[in-house]
Amino acid sequence: MTVIDISPSVMQFLLAFIVVGPLLGAVAALLPAPPGLKGRNPDQAVLRHGVTVTGAVLIAAIVLAVGFDHDHPATMQATTDISWIPALDVRIHLGIDGISLPLLVLTALLTFLCALYSYFKPPAGPSPKAFVALVLLLESGTLATFAVLDLLLFFLAFEMVLIPMYFLINRWGGDQRQAAAWKFILYTLLGSVVMLLGLLLVGLKSGTFDMVALATDNGRGLTTSVQVIAVLAIGLGLAVKTPMWPLHSWLPDAHTAAPTVGSVLLAGVLLKMGTYGFVRILLPAAPDGMRTFAPYLAAFAVVGIVYGSLACLALARTGAKGDLKRLIAYSSVGHMGFVLLGIATMTPTGVNGALFANIAHGLITGLLFFLVGAVKDRYGTADLDTLAGATGAALYGRAPRLGALLAFAAVASLGLPGLAGFWGEMLTLFGAYSPAEGLSRPAFRTFMAIGAFGTLLTAAYMLIVVRRVCMGEHALPARTTPATTPTPSAASAPDAPQAPAAPGTPQPPAATPAPAASPTSGPLQAPTTPGTLQAPPTPGAPQAPPAPQLADVQPYEAAAWTPLVALTVLAGLWPAVLLGLTDPAVQKLLSGGKS
Amino acid sequence: MTAALGATAGTLIAHSPGPAAVPAPGGPGIGATAGSLAAADAPSLVQSIDWLAIAPPTLTALAALVVLVADLFLPAPRKRLLGYGALTALAAALALLIPLRAGDRSTFCLTTGVQACSYTVDHFTVVIQALVLGGAFLTVLLSLDDTRRLPAGEYWFLLLASASGAALLPAARDLATLVVALEVASLPAFALVGIKRGDRRSSEAALKFFLSSVVATAVMLLGVSFVYASTGTLHLTEIAARLDDVTPVLDTLAKTGVTLTLVGFAFKTAAAPFHFWVPDTYVGAPLPIAAYLSVVGKAVGFSGLILVTVVAFPSYADVWGPALAVLAALTMTVGNVAAVRQRADRARSAVRLLAWSSVAQAGYLLVPIAAAAYSSDEQIGSTVAYALMYAVVNLGAFAVAALVSRTHPGNRLTDYRGLYATRPLAALALGFFLLCLAGLPPGIIGLFAKVTVFSAAVDAGLGWLAVVMAVNVVIALYYYLQWTASLFRTPEGAPETAAPDTGEEPRARPRRFRAPTPLTTAIVLTAAAGILLSGAPQAVLRFASVSLF
Repeated sequence: MTVIDISPSVMQFLLAFIVVGPLLGAVAALLPAPPGLKGRNPDQAVLRHGVTVTGAVLIAAIVLAVGFDHDHPATMQATTDISWIPALDVRIHLGIDGISLPLLVLTALLTFLCALYSYFKPPAGPSPKAFVALVLLLESGTLATFAVLDLLLFFLAFEMVLIPMYFLINRWGGDQRQAAAWKFILYTLLGSVVMLLGLLLVGLKSGTFDMVALATDNGRGLTTSVQVIAVLAIGLGLAVKTPMWPLHSWLPDAHTAAPTVGSVLLAGVLLKMGTYGFVRILLPAAPDGMRTFAPYLAAFAVVGIVYGSLACLALARTGAKGDLKRLIAYSSVGHMGFVLLGIATMTPTGVNGALFANIAHGLITGLLFFLVGAVKDRYGTADLDTLAGATGAALYGRAPRLGALLAFAAVASLGLPGLAGFWGEMLTLFGAYSPAEGLSRPAFRTFMAIGAFGTLLTAAYMLIVVRRVCMGEHALPARTTPATTPTPSAASAPDAPQAPAAPGTPQPPAATPAPAASPTSGPLQAPTTPGTLQAPPTPGAPQAPPAPQLADVQPYEAAAWTPLVALTVLAGLWPAVLLGLTDPAVQKLLSGGKS
Repeated sequence: MTAALGATAGTLIAHSPGPAAVPAPGGPGIGATAGSLAAADAPSLVQSIDWLAIAPPTLTALAALVVLVADLFLPAPRKRLLGYGALTALAAALALLIPLRAGDRSTFCLTTGVQACSYTVDHFTVVIQALVLGGAFLTVLLSLDDTRRLPAGEYWFLLLASASGAALLPAARDLATLVVALEVASLPAFALVGIKRGDRRSSEAALKFFLSSVVATAVMLLGVSFVYASTGTLHLTEIAARLDDVTPVLDTLAKTGVTLTLVGFAFKTAAAPFHFWVPDTYVGAPLPIAAYLSVVGKAVGFSGLILVTVVAFPSYADVWGPALAVLAALTMTVGNVAAVRQRADRARSAVRLLAWSSVAQAGYLLVPIAAAAYSSDEQIGSTVAYALMYAVVNLGAFAVAALVSRTHPGNRLTDYRGLYATRPLAALALGFFLLCLAGLPPGIIGLFAKVTVFSAAVDAGLGWLAVVMAVNVVIALYYYLQWTASLFRTPEGAPETAAPDTGEEPRARPRRFRAPTPLTTAIVLTAAAGILLSGAPQAVLRFASVSLF
């Protein structure tokens, strides 16, 4: 069922290009623009460069997906296998199968959308040159993680994303960004160093670092005790990244502080690297060790589901001063709990569900972070109480399309049938109903019940968020007197929510009273100067303007979000597209390459 | 002066153990010498010399003498030529390694009895000599325009003399040559540390370094003499053979000798309990000398330790293996914890941080040596590979530090804040070096060098050491990354706080200070090497998987 027949060498080249292209693009972004590509100004040129490179990578990924032999998704395709460091037996072994292809395309897509979004809305912070280079470096690392088939190369790719993400948070983030960036990198690094030990153990004891060979061996080359230690070490590293419940505490901080694009990539792509590692390395290479730890993994996973939901509920309460980004970060903990639960069942159903939930989470949470970023830009804060309290008719009334999209994403996130979020959760719960042989059935059924309860909690907080942000508080608190607005401290925007259009908050161009500049022409002329410079007009502004219309979805925003919405619907209505790819590959991984 | 002659002395001394080893232990040494004169029928006792094999250290030693003499005749304005002379000599010595790369020569061999040589050029020797001479070469580049305030002739002479000793050491295969080479490498280093005349900190650093080093030498010599007494030979391979069956009476003596020798080398490598001299010495010394000590000085200590443990005392592996493992764990922990606790605004905190980091890195370097006790000698290759990576990267970091110290003599960590804004390339280079030291991509070579060390530990069953090292890698990451991050911060605020402290600085700030060419060359060379190695790590990692001896 190959859609188009593409010769293997072209496929090989495409995959290599997908991995190396962004890396070269990152280097090129740091160099001065060549004549002819200078654009209007250096910033615009480099942002355009980012769009071009990620676009090219996305096209290559799509061509790769089209040329992928869909009849044999279990076999590695587009493989390259050359020796790199013979001393350590490290080979540049690239290849994709049904498990990695969707993740590869998702990564390319999300990065492209992020680049596009940043082109029209440059990140607030230092020069976009470094920003583009870092995003491209990040893309290269994540794509490499999904494409490599060598344990040490996997580790290298896994580590490669740390530095760019650290700088993205540290330089372009919001409040508390430095502490958050530290937390992010220290947690992940501690985990990944332990993971390295596990990988070395597996590699040295089995005599190969090749994932395909390890999967074919299916753990036969490793004694059970080695497998147990390896799973403990590798699993710890992956669990930090995923993140699994007790190790998750870096995630909310990182998300809260990260810039919109950083959050989207972190949630949409980086978290997937952890779960992908579970499926790609631990399940096939150390099944005995996995079986030992599966009940604990599942237990932590369901605790994560419930914990994430409860944390979200707490944040969503009135008066909790919950940050919307933080809330979505906690919801990620819950969603990744489902993914881990699916993996822990060690059944094809569960693992397929996990992989599906992985992709769905990438699409939906990516969209959610985009939307919350947009809301935050418009209001100047993501504080839930401010968003809910100030706005009367709230988003539905003031930016109906934005409100509708937010509601859509929230509903998709809670797992409404017909949207992408549903299938993953359902399949993982199915898988937990009858886990693999050797795993305790009653325990997993208990986990299933708790997980199902978690979906209820998820629905609860998501609906609360939609009600509060989109519909507004029904009992409006008494309007703060206009006297608070003209105070010189215009910087304290949360206190002056009735003037959301105050220039203190960066606004998309169309939000200005005279929307003369069309969004396509002037993104870079948009007022990005600090609020202090424009503060003087504030007192002169009309006293307490009657909540002005917020800018609704801009064309560039629509362009960045539509693909995510469309794919969410598509995956919800036609899950076979994904499951047809993953299922044979999963069957093969679980049965040790025999099927 | 004595040091310069030491190199020659080393080769001379290499003769004496030969005859001494022939008679049974306790046989009168005088008799042996007399015998060699009298017995004409015996095969010639004069050992043949392979001049090509000993060329690299010899050339360096000769160049040291030439520089010293030339200093007397050169007028002051042309003293600069001495530096270029030293540079050329080191480059030539490096070039002389090329014909030796097969690693199959040895000289000063015993002409009678067993086959044992005092000077061997195997792969280990060639690699370490390349490291040492290359390190000295870069040090010369770093100091080329730093020597105006220092006595040029003495400086270059001492540096070359020390380098010749360091180059002799990895080739030494008997304890006497080893000790002499070690001293030839260290004695000039004391003088170099204290060469800043009238600088109290410099003299103090020299004194500290001298005292600790001399204690180490004394302990080591005692150990060596005990070993000699119990085995009757100084050749490393012979010691290895005879330590197995030492007469029971001398058993304690042999054990004590082995322990004391190892303790001496632990001093030299600045392993944990003996590391206290490092930070003060590095801070007090001229910056290029700190770089030299951190790379070449370490390489000397380590190659000596490797030779002694793996070649001479393999039968005591059950003693030094665990001891070195503990030392390694202790050293890296002490170094990293102290580095984390550095205050960024303290004067010279950058060099101090690099000093502590070098202590920590020494801990990583010890791991494969400890692992060699548990599995095979091939683990040593991991140390060599790691040392090569460390040499390139650390010298690069020192080169950037030297560049920064031109405009900020205080050399605080805070002075690096916003370096990217003023010197983007230097900042990128320093960031790369630091990430290599931390072992994070894009410093791929650093990462894989750490991977080889890890795999040596895991392979040898030293799981606990691997875990300790893993924790240390994370601790180290904290300060490396903090430094890296500060390079890219906005430099706001920093100028105001820094300006009042250094009176003459504000005047120099507005016009952009042009980086001196030698310094730029050093940074470019190390950065290029680091990037090349990151693309093709096999270039250094291939040593990790083969037997070097």
